[in-house]
Amino acid sequence: MNIKKKKDGTTLTVTISGRIDTATAPEVDTFVSGNLDGITSLVLDFADVNYVSSAGLRVLLSLQKKMMKQGEMKLIHVNEAVNDVFEVTGFDEILTFETI
Amino acid sequence: MKELTIEAAVENIEVVTDFVSAELEQMDCPIKAQTQIAIAIDELFGNIAKYAYSPEVGRATVRIDFEENPLAVILTFIDNGKPFNPLEHADPDTHIAAQDRPQGGLGIFLVKKTMDMVEYEYQNGQNILRLKKNL
Repeated sequence: MNIKKKKDGTTLTVTISGRIDTATAPEVDTFVSGNLDGITSLVLDFADVNYVSSAGLRVLLSLQKKMMKQGEMKLIHVNEAVNDVFEVTGFDEILTFETI
Repeated sequence: MKELTIEAAVENIEVVTDFVSAELEQMDCPIKAQTQIAIAIDELFGNIAKYAYSPEVGRATVRIDFEENPLAVILTFIDNGKPFNPLEHADPDTHIAAQDRPQGGLGIFLVKKTMDMVEYEYQNGQNILRLKKNL
């Protein structure tokens, strides 16, 4: 799993590649949560995310709850495998997606 | 039939996934099923790693079998830890708004939804969780 960020004003774009699972989800949480001060728009680029397990869903839910208090969060470039997980778990109704 | 016995640790989830994926690739398993199985391994082996022996450590066995006509993979997870039947837990409500959603409960739900069969038994001091995915 690799993770990188780009900050543009109050917008933070985080690009993740690999798996967001039991082993890597805590790292994603720490990295993103630690960079949210003053951020009103969090963009998660999932183009290179292979899959998300429930550990990853927990992190997304936690980030979503944080961003609801200070702005918005959206996911971009979500692939089919990841989208299937969102649909099965109802996360497609919780999260915001943008097709670019 | 092939099996791998390894310390039940979060760091070893990837070892188990690679072991199973190598077998699946030999059977020309579709990518979608491979991904669903990888997620199931993360959920089930991850649960064993975190809870079965906590705070001690222990080992777990992952066995892979194939059935023919129709082609299916059977994965069996065995540990000697605390008796735990993950199938006993009620399914989470997947239509609750983000701010009201409780954390957790989604892992086993995801496995049940993506696999064709999941069964649990406790026998001779072992948790035995078996799942089947049609390929």
